Amino acid sequence: MTALDSRANSAARGMLAGENGTMTKAYLEIRDLVKSYDGWQKAVRGISLDIQKGEFVSFLGPSGSGKTTTLMMVAGFEKPTAGSIRLGGREIAPVPPHQRNIGMVFQNYALFPHMTAAENVGFPLRMRKRPAAEIAKRARDALAMVGLADFAGRQPRELSGGQQQRVALARALVFEPDVLLLDEPLGALDKNLREHMQVEIKRIHRELGITTIYVTHDQTEAMTMSDRIAVFSQGAVEQFAPPLDVYLRPATRFVGGFVGDSNFLDVTRGTDGGLTAAGLGALDLPAPEGDRFHGLIRPEAIGVWRGGEAGEHCIVSFTVEALVNYGDSVLLIGGGHGLSLRARIPFVQATDIHEGNTLQLAWRRRDMHLIPA
Amino acid sequence: MVPPVGSAAIKSGSSDAKAWLLLLPALAFLAVFFLVPLGQVVFFSVMDPGFTLKHYTSFLSDSFYWRVLWGTFQTAGIVTIFALLMSYPLAYMIVRMGGHFATVMLLIIAMSFWTSFLVRTFAWMVILGNNGPLRAILEAFGWSPAPQLLFTRFSSTLAMVHLLIPFMVLALYSVMKKIDMNFVRAARSLGATPFQAFHRVFLPLSAPGIVNGCTLVFIMCLGFYVTPVLLGSPREQMIAGLIGTQIEEFLEFGEASATSVILLLVTLAIFAIYNRFVGLDKLWG
Ligand SMILES: Nc1ncnc2c1ncn2[C@@H]1O[C@H](COP(=O)(O)OP(=O)(O)OP(=O)(O)O)[C@@H](O)[C@H]1O
Ligand SMILES: [Mg+2]
Repeated sequence: MTALDSRANSAARGMLAGENGTMTKAYLEIRDLVKSYDGWQKAVRGISLDIQKGEFVSFLGPSGSGKTTTLMMVAGFEKPTAGSIRLGGREIAPVPPHQRNIGMVFQNYALFPHMTAAENVGFPLRMRKRPAAEIAKRARDALAMVGLADFAGRQPRELSGGQQQRVALARALVFEPDVLLLDEPLGALDKNLREHMQVEIKRIHRELGITTIYVTHDQTEAMTMSDRIAVFSQGAVEQFAPPLDVYLRPATRFVGGFVGDSNFLDVTRGTDGGLTAAGLGALDLPAPEGDRFHGLIRPEAIGVWRGGEAGEHCIVSFTVEALVNYGDSVLLIGGGHGLSLRARIPFVQATDIHEGNTLQLAWRRRDMHLIPA
Repeated sequence: MVPPVGSAAIKSGSSDAKAWLLLLPALAFLAVFFLVPLGQVVFFSVMDPGFTLKHYTSFLSDSFYWRVLWGTFQTAGIVTIFALLMSYPLAYMIVRMGGHFATVMLLIIAMSFWTSFLVRTFAWMVILGNNGPLRAILEAFGWSPAPQLLFTRFSSTLAMVHLLIPFMVLALYSVMKKIDMNFVRAARSLGATPFQAFHRVFLPLSAPGIVNGCTLVFIMCLGFYVTPVLLGSPREQMIAGLIGTQIEEFLEFGEASATSVILLLVTLAIFAIYNRFVGLDKLWG
C-alpha cells in the first residue's frame, strides 16, 4: 500500500518538475526510496534526496539507521523495494552495478589480496579493456595522487591501514566515476591518521570535483567535510542541509540531540500568545506557528553572568552539580528553577567555579532555536 | 609488583607436562596399532626369509605393476577432477545462498559422512547392477541392450566421485566461507561483470580450497580399496586391490608388503610436495 502511494506521489512530482522546465535538475535524485530486507520491517523508509553535481554530501546517523543500505542501493548491490534513483536524469534501477560507473570505497577497503597495489588500481581499467600502456600510466598517476607512487609493487598486506585506504581511494577514482561512494572509510584508523585522511579526501574532492557521498557516524567529520549533511534516523532522513544549518537550526529534536551537545527546554504558548518556558517565564521571542516547542540552547552559547543590564539575555540561577574539565573548556552540569542545564565555558572563566557553587548563567534570547514539538 | 619469573616458568612447565599426559593414550594407541604394524610391513617387504630387496626389484622391473600404478594415478586424477567440478558449484551455492539452503546441504553432507563407504558402495551395486534401475532406464530410452555398467572402470570411478564429493565440498567450503563478499562487490563496482568478478577475484581467492580438496581426494583415491574391488573391472585393478589379491590369492606377503611400502612412499611424496608449497597445517582449512 505505502509503496504504491509513494510511487503515485513521485509520479505526480515528476510531472510537476516536467511542467516547470526552468527548475535546475539535481544530478543524483533519490525519490521515496524504500528498502525492506524481509518484506516486513523497513531498513529505509521513503528517503528523498537531491544531490547536485560536484557536491560533497555526508550521510550521518546512528548505527542501523539505514545509511549503508541507502548507499548499497545507489551502488546497485541492493534492489530498492520501492522508489527511484536517477543519475544525470536517467533511472538507474535496471543498470547492473558494473555499468553504473560509480566508485566505491568500503569500510574494510576490500583491496584484492592477490594483487599488488598497482594491479588493484589498474583493475577497473582492465575491466574496461584499456590498452596496457594506458592502464600502467593511469594507475601510476592515481597512486601518485594519493601519495603512494613508491608503493605500486606492494601487496595489500604489506601496507598500513592508512595506505590501504589510499589505494582503495585511488582504485575507486582511477576510472573517473560519475559518483564516489565512501562507507565509513576512516572508521578503522586512529585519530591523527583520520584527520589527515579527512584533509586528503577533501583535497582530492576539490581537485576532481566529483559528486561524493560520504557515510559516517562521526558528527565532527560530517561537519568539517560536507557541503550538506543528511541526518539519518531509523531509516528516514530527518534533515538535509548545510552543516551550520544542521547545527544551529536543527529541524527535529533528534537532529538537535544527535549533532553536538544540547539543552532542551519545554516551550509552550501562553494565554497571551507569547512563548514561555518552564522555569524561565516569558521568553520574548518571535513566535512561529505552533503551540509547543523544544527550545534548543547549545551549552557553549551559555556563559557566566557577571551582572549588569539584562537586555537581550535570559538569566537563570544555577547550582553546579558536576564539573567536567576538557582543558580548553569546562562543562558545568547542574540546574536551578526546576531546569537542568549543561553549560560549556572557556577554561579561563571557570577557574573560580567549584562543585556546589551557585551562580548566574545567561544566554542571548535569540540563541535559542525553537523546534516544533 | 613483578611476579617472580621462576614461578611462572615452573607453572607453564608443569602444565606442558600435563598436556603431554593428555596425549599419552593417543600416542600409545598410535604406537601399538599403527607404528608396529607399519614396521612389520616394512620388515616383511625386505625378508624372504633372509634380507632381500627382490620384492622391490620385481615390482619395479615388471611392466604390469607400473601399469597398475599408472592406472591408479589416472583413476585418482579423473575422480579428483570430476569431484572438483561437481563440488565447486555446490560449495559456492552453499556460501552464496546461506540460510536454510546452506543448513540443509551441510546436513546432507554430514549425513553422508555417517554412512559407511561400504554401504554406499553396495547401493551403487544395486543401482548399476544388470537388473538395476539405471540399465532399465537406458533401455526404456531405446539403448537396447544397455551396456554393462557394473564391474567396469566407469562404475568404480562414478562411485568414488560420489563417495569423495563430501570431502571436496567441505575443503572448498571452509576456504570460501572466509572470503569477504565485499571483494566481489568491489570488483562489480569497478566494472567487472558477474563472470569477471568470479573469474578474477573469487576463483583465485578460493584456490587454497581447490588445492586442499584435490590433495585430499587424490590421496584418498590412491589407497581406495572397497569400491574399486566391489564395483571395478577385475582386469583393471587399482593398487590397493592388487595388494589384496597378492595376499588373498597368492599369499605373497613379501610382495604385498613391498607394494604397500611403495604406495605409502608415493603418498608421502605427494604430502611432501603439498607441505613444501602450501603447508600441511592448512590442509583442514
Ligand atoms: N543484508 C541485510 N539483511 C537484513 N537486514 C539488514 C541487512 N543489512 C542491513 N540490515 C538492517 O537494516 C537496518 C539498516 O542497516 P544499515 O546497515 O543500513 O545501517 P547503517 O546506518 O549503515 O549502520 P552502521 O552505522 O552500523 O553501519 C538495520 O536494522 C540492519 O539490521
Ligand atoms: Mg553501515
